[in-house]
Amino acid sequence: MVFGRSDRRIRPEAAPVALKVLVAGGFGVGKTTLVGAISEIKPLRTEELLTEASRPVDDTSGVEGKRTTTVAMDFGRITLRDDLVLYLFGTPGQDRFWFLWDELAQGALGAVVLADTRRLADCFAAVDYFERRGIAFTLAVNCFEGAARYPEEAVREALDLDPEVPVVMCDARERESVKEVLVSVVEHALAAGITARRPATV
Amino acid sequence: MTEDAAFPRETPPGPPAGATGRRDPADRPREAPFSEHAAHWYDDAAGPVVRPYTMTRGRTRGPADERLDLIALVIAEEFLLEHPGGAHAIADRTLSPEHLDIADLARQEPQSVAELAAELDLPVGVVRVLVGDLIDAGYVRVSRPVPPAELPDAGILREVINGLRAL
Repeated sequence: MVFGRSDRRIRPEAAPVALKVLVAGGFGVGKTTLVGAISEIKPLRTEELLTEASRPVDDTSGVEGKRTTTVAMDFGRITLRDDLVLYLFGTPGQDRFWFLWDELAQGALGAVVLADTRRLADCFAAVDYFERRGIAFTLAVNCFEGAARYPEEAVREALDLDPEVPVVMCDARERESVKEVLVSVVEHALAAGITARRPATV
Repeated sequence: MTEDAAFPRETPPGPPAGATGRRDPADRPREAPFSEHAAHWYDDAAGPVVRPYTMTRGRTRGPADERLDLIALVIAEEFLLEHPGGAHAIADRTLSPEHLDIADLARQEPQSVAELAAELDLPVGVVRVLVGDLIDAGYVRVSRPVPPAELPDAGILREVINGLRAL
Protein backbone atom coordinates (compact mmCIF):
# COMPACT_ATOMS: atom_id res chain seq x y z
CA MET A 1 0.00 0.00 0.00
CA VAL A 2 1.23 3.43 -0.85
CA PHE A 3 1.35 6.17 1.75
CA GLY A 4 1.76 9.29 -0.28
CA ARG A 5 0.34 11.87 2.08
CA SER A 6 1.36 15.45 2.16
CA ASP A 7 2.75 17.00 5.29
CA ARG A 8 -0.25 19.22 5.76
CA ARG A 9 -2.39 16.31 6.73
CA ILE A 10 -2.59 15.69 10.37
CA ARG A 11 -1.99 12.13 11.35
CA PRO A 12 -4.68 10.45 13.38
CA GLU A 13 -2.51 10.12 16.46
CA ALA A 14 -1.99 13.88 16.67
CA ALA A 15 -5.49 15.16 17.41
CA PRO A 16 -5.50 18.81 16.47
CA VAL A 17 -6.88 21.26 18.99
CA ALA A 18 -9.19 23.95 17.69
CA LEU A 19 -9.97 26.95 19.87
CA LYS A 20 -12.09 29.98 19.31
CA VAL A 21 -12.15 33.59 20.33
CA LEU A 22 -15.20 35.73 19.68
CA VAL A 23 -15.04 39.24 18.33
CA ALA A 24 -18.03 41.31 19.39
CA GLY A 25 -18.98 44.94 19.19
CA GLY A 26 -21.40 47.30 17.54
CA PHE A 27 -22.17 47.50 13.86
CA GLY A 28 -19.35 49.00 11.81
CA VAL A 29 -16.85 49.04 14.66
CA GLY A 30 -14.31 47.02 12.71
CA LYS A 31 -14.92 43.40 13.69
CA THR A 32 -14.37 42.05 10.19
CA THR A 33 -11.34 44.31 9.77
CA LEU A 34 -9.84 42.95 12.97
CA VAL A 35 -10.41 39.37 11.91
CA GLY A 36 -8.97 40.10 8.46
CA ALA A 37 -5.85 41.76 9.89
CA ILE A 38 -4.62 38.55 11.48
CA SER A 39 -6.40 35.68 9.77
CA GLU A 40 -4.31 33.55 7.44
CA ILE A 41 -7.35 33.07 5.28
CA LYS A 42 -9.51 35.80 3.83
CA PRO A 43 -12.30 36.17 6.37
CA LEU A 44 -14.86 33.59 5.43
CA ARG A 45 -18.51 34.11 5.70
CA THR A 46 -20.72 31.29 6.74
CA GLU A 47 -24.42 31.34 7.06
CA GLU A 48 -26.59 29.64 9.54
CA LEU A 49 -30.03 29.02 8.15
CA LEU A 50 -32.27 28.82 11.13
CA THR A 51 -35.52 26.99 10.97
CA GLU A 52 -38.02 26.49 13.72
CA ALA A 53 -37.50 22.79 13.51
CA SER A 54 -33.78 23.06 13.97
CA ARG A 55 -33.93 25.02 17.19
CA PRO A 56 -35.32 24.32 20.60
CA VAL A 57 -38.40 26.44 21.18
CA ASP A 58 -36.90 28.77 23.77
CA ASP A 59 -34.05 29.61 21.43
CA THR A 60 -36.28 31.30 18.91
CA SER A 61 -37.77 33.79 21.33
CA GLY A 62 -37.73 37.16 19.68
CA VAL A 63 -37.91 35.76 16.18
CA GLU A 64 -41.20 33.92 16.50
CA GLY A 65 -42.58 35.73 13.50
CA LYS A 66 -40.00 34.29 11.16
CA ARG A 67 -39.95 30.71 10.06
CA THR A 68 -36.45 30.84 8.71
CA THR A 69 -33.77 33.43 8.85
CA THR A 70 -30.20 33.62 7.72
CA VAL A 71 -27.43 34.85 9.92
CA ALA A 72 -24.01 35.58 8.53
CA MET A 73 -20.91 35.08 10.62
CA ASP A 74 -17.45 36.19 9.64
CA PHE A 75 -14.60 34.08 10.76
CA GLY A 76 -10.88 33.73 10.35
CA ARG A 77 -8.24 31.18 11.18
CA ILE A 78 -4.78 31.38 12.72
CA THR A 79 -2.70 28.22 12.67
CA LEU A 80 -0.44 28.51 15.69
CA ARG A 81 1.10 25.10 15.27
CA ASP A 82 0.42 22.04 13.18
CA ASP A 83 -1.99 20.80 15.79
CA LEU A 84 -3.19 24.06 17.31
CA VAL A 85 -5.62 26.26 15.45
CA LEU A 86 -7.29 29.42 16.68
CA TYR A 87 -10.53 30.51 15.04
CA LEU A 88 -11.88 34.02 15.34
CA PHE A 89 -15.61 34.51 15.05
CA GLY A 90 -17.20 37.87 14.50
CA THR A 91 -20.53 37.78 16.29
CA PRO A 92 -23.65 38.81 14.42
CA GLY A 93 -24.42 42.42 15.20
CA GLN A 94 -28.16 42.24 15.50
CA ASP A 95 -29.50 41.87 19.02
CA ARG A 96 -32.15 39.45 17.96
CA PHE A 97 -29.50 36.85 17.24
CA TRP A 98 -28.48 36.50 20.87
CA PHE A 99 -29.34 32.84 20.81
CA LEU A 100 -26.70 32.34 18.18
CA TRP A 101 -24.17 33.96 20.48
CA ASP A 102 -24.89 31.18 22.94
CA GLU A 103 -23.72 28.64 20.43
CA LEU A 104 -20.70 30.70 19.47
CA ALA A 105 -19.82 31.36 23.09
CA GLN A 106 -19.91 27.71 24.04
CA GLY A 107 -16.35 26.57 24.43
CA ALA A 108 -14.92 29.97 23.49
CA LEU A 109 -11.74 30.62 25.41
CA GLY A 110 -12.40 34.33 25.48
CA ALA A 111 -13.68 37.33 23.60
CA VAL A 112 -12.72 40.71 22.25
CA VAL A 113 -15.24 43.50 22.67
CA LEU A 114 -14.33 46.08 20.09
CA ALA A 115 -15.42 49.60 20.95
CA ASP A 116 -15.56 52.92 19.17
CA THR A 117 -15.35 55.81 21.64
CA ARG A 118 -17.75 57.82 19.50
CA ARG A 119 -20.42 55.17 19.99
CA LEU A 120 -19.47 53.52 23.22
CA ALA A 121 -23.04 52.52 23.97
CA ASP A 122 -22.94 50.11 21.02
CA CYS A 123 -20.81 47.69 22.99
CA PHE A 124 -22.82 47.71 26.23
CA ALA A 125 -24.77 44.65 25.18
CA ALA A 126 -21.65 42.64 24.41
CA VAL A 127 -19.98 43.65 27.69
CA ASP A 128 -23.11 42.61 29.59
CA TYR A 129 -23.31 39.33 27.76
CA PHE A 130 -19.76 38.23 28.48
CA GLU A 131 -19.93 39.43 32.08
CA ARG A 132 -23.06 37.40 32.69
CA ARG A 133 -21.60 34.30 31.10
CA GLY A 134 -18.31 34.60 32.91
CA ILE A 135 -16.41 34.67 29.63
CA ALA A 136 -13.04 36.40 29.79
CA PHE A 137 -12.96 39.40 27.52
CA THR A 138 -10.68 42.27 26.65
CA LEU A 139 -12.14 45.61 25.77
CA ALA A 140 -10.28 46.81 22.71
CA VAL A 141 -10.81 50.43 21.75
CA ASN A 142 -10.46 50.76 18.01
CA CYS A 143 -8.72 54.09 17.61
CA PHE A 144 -10.42 55.52 14.57
CA GLU A 145 -8.77 58.46 12.94
CA GLY A 146 -10.55 61.63 13.87
CA ALA A 147 -12.07 60.16 17.00
CA ALA A 148 -11.06 61.79 20.24
CA ARG A 149 -8.71 59.65 22.31
CA TYR A 150 -9.78 58.98 25.83
CA PRO A 151 -7.62 57.69 28.61
CA GLU A 152 -8.15 54.07 29.52
CA GLU A 153 -9.65 55.08 32.85
CA ALA A 154 -12.37 57.15 31.20
CA VAL A 155 -13.40 54.21 29.01
CA ARG A 156 -13.30 51.83 31.95
CA GLU A 157 -15.48 54.14 33.98
CA ALA A 158 -17.94 54.80 31.18
CA LEU A 159 -18.47 51.07 30.75
CA ASP A 160 -18.29 50.28 34.45
CA LEU A 161 -15.81 47.49 33.79
CA ASP A 162 -14.49 45.22 36.50
CA PRO A 163 -10.94 46.20 37.41
CA GLU A 164 -9.48 42.95 36.07
CA VAL A 165 -10.89 43.43 32.57
CA PRO A 166 -8.04 44.54 30.31
CA VAL A 167 -8.59 47.67 28.23
CA VAL A 168 -6.36 47.93 25.18
CA MET A 169 -6.10 50.70 22.62
CA CYS A 170 -5.77 49.15 19.19
CA ASP A 171 -5.86 49.66 15.48
CA ALA A 172 -8.01 46.88 14.04
CA ARG A 173 -6.19 47.22 10.70
CA GLU A 174 -2.77 46.48 12.16
CA ARG A 175 -1.71 42.89 12.57
CA GLU A 176 0.68 43.61 15.45
CA SER A 177 -1.97 45.56 17.26
CA VAL A 178 -4.52 42.78 16.84
CA LYS A 179 -1.95 40.25 18.07
CA GLU A 180 -1.60 42.27 21.27
CA VAL A 181 -5.35 42.31 21.72
CA LEU A 182 -5.58 38.53 21.33
CA VAL A 183 -2.65 37.89 23.66
CA SER A 184 -4.41 40.06 26.20
CA VAL A 185 -7.60 37.99 25.88
CA VAL A 186 -5.82 34.68 26.40
CA GLU A 187 -3.69 36.03 29.26
CA HIS A 188 -6.83 37.31 30.92
CA ALA A 189 -8.55 33.93 30.47
CA LEU A 190 -5.52 32.25 31.98
CA ALA A 191 -5.25 34.65 34.91
CA ALA A 192 -8.93 34.62 35.65
CA GLY A 193 -8.86 30.86 35.97
CA ILE A 194 -12.15 30.89 34.22
CA THR A 195 -11.74 27.21 33.51
CA ALA A 196 -12.65 26.31 37.04
CA ARG A 197 -15.38 28.84 37.55
CA ARG A 198 -17.38 28.48 34.39
CA PRO A 199 -20.54 26.42 34.88
CA ALA A 200 -20.71 23.31 32.77
CA THR A 201 -23.81 24.45 30.98
CA VAL A 202 -24.85 27.98 30.34
CA MET B 1 -37.55 17.86 -3.68
CA THR B 2 -38.12 18.28 -7.39
CA GLU B 3 -41.26 20.31 -6.94
CA ASP B 4 -39.79 22.49 -4.29
CA ALA B 5 -36.66 23.19 -6.31
CA ALA B 6 -38.51 23.65 -9.57
CA PHE B 7 -41.02 26.11 -8.22
CA PRO B 8 -39.04 29.31 -8.75
CA ARG B 9 -37.73 28.13 -12.10
CA GLU B 10 -41.24 27.92 -13.47
CA THR B 11 -41.91 31.53 -12.77
CA PRO B 12 -41.77 33.11 -16.22
CA PRO B 13 -39.32 35.95 -16.69
CA GLY B 14 -40.78 39.43 -16.94
CA PRO B 15 -43.61 40.88 -14.90
CA PRO B 16 -45.11 38.30 -12.59
CA ALA B 17 -48.72 37.29 -13.12
CA GLY B 18 -49.90 39.48 -10.26
CA ALA B 19 -48.47 42.59 -11.85
CA THR B 20 -50.25 42.23 -15.19
CA GLY B 21 -53.59 41.88 -13.44
CA ARG B 22 -53.23 45.21 -11.67
CA ARG B 23 -56.15 47.54 -12.27
CA ASP B 24 -55.17 50.53 -10.26
CA PRO B 25 -53.03 52.86 -12.39
CA ALA B 26 -51.60 54.28 -9.19
CA ASP B 27 -49.68 51.04 -8.88
CA ARG B 28 -48.03 51.46 -12.24
CA PRO B 29 -44.89 53.27 -11.19
CA ARG B 30 -44.08 50.37 -8.91
CA GLU B 31 -44.01 47.90 -11.74
CA ALA B 32 -40.92 49.16 -13.43
CA PRO B 33 -38.45 48.39 -10.68
CA PHE B 34 -40.35 45.26 -9.82
CA SER B 35 -40.15 43.83 -13.35
CA GLU B 36 -36.53 44.75 -13.58
CA HIS B 37 -35.96 42.89 -10.38
CA ALA B 38 -38.01 39.95 -11.61
CA ALA B 39 -35.73 39.57 -14.61
CA HIS B 40 -32.90 38.91 -12.16
CA TRP B 41 -34.91 36.99 -9.64
CA TYR B 42 -32.40 34.18 -9.61
CA ASP B 43 -29.58 36.27 -8.19
CA ASP B 44 -28.06 35.44 -4.82
CA ALA B 45 -30.93 37.03 -2.96
CA ALA B 46 -33.32 34.53 -4.47
CA GLY B 47 -31.52 31.79 -2.60
CA PRO B 48 -30.24 28.52 -3.89
CA VAL B 49 -32.07 26.70 -6.65
CA VAL B 50 -31.96 23.55 -4.59
CA ARG B 51 -33.40 24.30 -1.19
CA PRO B 52 -30.70 23.65 1.39
CA TYR B 53 -32.48 21.09 3.49
CA THR B 54 -33.41 18.97 0.48
CA MET B 55 -29.76 17.89 0.55
CA THR B 56 -30.34 16.47 3.97
CA ARG B 57 -33.64 14.90 2.93
CA GLY B 58 -35.45 17.18 5.30
CA ARG B 59 -33.35 16.39 8.33
CA THR B 60 -32.41 19.40 10.40
CA ARG B 61 -30.60 17.51 13.13
CA GLY B 62 -28.24 14.59 13.08
CA PRO B 63 -27.06 12.19 15.75
CA ALA B 64 -23.62 13.80 15.76
CA ASP B 65 -24.86 17.38 16.30
CA GLU B 66 -23.60 17.55 19.84
CA ARG B 67 -20.05 16.97 18.65
CA LEU B 68 -20.35 19.21 15.62
CA ASP B 69 -19.54 22.57 17.04
CA LEU B 70 -18.57 25.25 14.51
CA ILE B 71 -14.91 24.58 15.18
CA ALA B 72 -15.16 20.81 15.35
CA LEU B 73 -12.50 19.57 12.93
CA VAL B 74 -13.64 17.11 10.31
CA ILE B 75 -10.82 14.70 9.55
CA ALA B 76 -10.70 12.14 6.75
CA GLU B 77 -10.44 8.52 7.85
CA GLU B 78 -7.42 6.50 6.79
CA PHE B 79 -9.35 4.62 4.16
CA LEU B 80 -10.38 7.87 2.49
CA LEU B 81 -6.87 9.33 2.69
CA GLU B 82 -5.47 6.26 1.01
CA HIS B 83 -8.14 5.93 -1.62
CA PRO B 84 -6.76 7.23 -4.91
CA GLY B 85 -8.96 9.97 -6.28
CA GLY B 86 -10.73 10.56 -3.01
CA ALA B 87 -14.41 10.34 -2.23
CA HIS B 88 -15.52 11.26 -5.74
CA ALA B 89 -13.72 8.19 -7.04
CA ILE B 90 -15.60 5.90 -4.72
CA ALA B 91 -18.86 4.82 -6.31
CA ASP B 92 -21.03 5.20 -3.24
CA ARG B 93 -24.60 5.78 -4.34
CA THR B 94 -25.76 6.49 -0.82
CA LEU B 95 -23.89 9.78 -0.81
CA SER B 96 -24.83 13.03 -2.52
CA PRO B 97 -22.39 15.27 -4.40
CA GLU B 98 -22.35 17.55 -1.35
CA HIS B 99 -21.32 14.64 0.85
CA LEU B 100 -18.46 13.90 -1.53
CA ASP B 101 -17.40 17.55 -1.64
CA ILE B 102 -17.18 17.62 2.14
CA ALA B 103 -15.26 14.36 2.24
CA ASP B 104 -12.74 15.55 -0.32
CA LEU B 105 -12.22 18.90 1.38
CA ALA B 106 -11.53 17.06 4.62
CA ARG B 107 -9.21 14.78 2.67
CA GLN B 108 -7.07 17.75 1.65
CA GLU B 109 -6.68 18.81 5.26
CA PRO B 110 -8.81 18.74 8.40
CA GLN B 111 -11.43 21.48 8.21
CA SER B 112 -13.76 22.97 10.74
CA VAL B 113 -17.51 22.74 10.24
CA ALA B 114 -17.53 26.53 9.77
CA GLU B 115 -14.91 26.36 7.03
CA LEU B 116 -16.75 23.61 5.19
CA ALA B 117 -19.96 25.63 5.32
CA ALA B 118 -18.21 28.73 3.98
CA GLU B 119 -16.30 26.83 1.32
CA LEU B 120 -19.36 25.01 0.00
CA ASP B 121 -21.71 27.93 0.61
CA LEU B 122 -24.07 25.74 2.62
CA PRO B 123 -25.82 26.57 5.87
CA VAL B 124 -24.03 25.26 8.93
CA GLY B 125 -27.07 23.16 9.87
CA VAL B 126 -26.92 21.34 6.54
CA VAL B 127 -23.20 20.69 6.85
CA ARG B 128 -23.76 19.23 10.32
CA VAL B 129 -26.26 16.70 9.01
CA LEU B 130 -24.10 15.77 6.03
CA VAL B 131 -20.99 15.37 8.17
CA GLY B 132 -23.04 13.15 10.49
CA ASP B 133 -23.84 10.92 7.51
CA LEU B 134 -20.16 10.79 6.54
CA ILE B 135 -19.22 9.76 10.06
CA ASP B 136 -21.80 6.98 9.93
CA ALA B 137 -20.47 5.90 6.54
CA GLY B 138 -16.94 5.76 7.93
CA TYR B 139 -15.49 8.46 5.68
CA VAL B 140 -14.59 11.01 8.32
CA ARG B 141 -14.32 11.50 12.02
CA VAL B 142 -14.51 14.55 14.17
CA SER B 143 -11.85 15.85 16.48
CA ARG B 144 -13.41 17.33 19.53
CA PRO B 145 -10.74 17.13 22.18
CA VAL B 146 -12.07 20.07 24.16
CA PRO B 147 -15.58 19.39 25.41
CA PRO B 148 -17.74 22.27 24.25
CA ALA B 149 -18.72 23.40 27.73
CA GLU B 150 -15.20 23.39 29.10
CA LEU B 151 -12.16 25.46 28.49
CA PRO B 152 -8.74 24.19 27.51
CA ASP B 153 -6.28 23.77 30.33
CA ALA B 154 -3.70 26.35 31.29
CA GLY B 155 -0.97 24.58 29.33
CA ILE B 156 -2.84 25.00 26.07
CA LEU B 157 -3.63 28.63 26.83
CA ARG B 158 0.08 29.30 27.39
CA GLU B 159 0.84 27.62 24.07
CA VAL B 160 -1.71 29.88 22.40
CA ILE B 161 -0.09 32.97 23.92
CA ASN B 162 3.36 31.84 22.78
CA GLY B 163 2.01 30.95 19.36
CA LEU B 164 0.40 34.36 18.94
CA ARG B 165 3.56 36.16 20.01
CA ALA B 166 5.59 34.15 17.52
CA LEU B 167 3.35 35.03 14.57
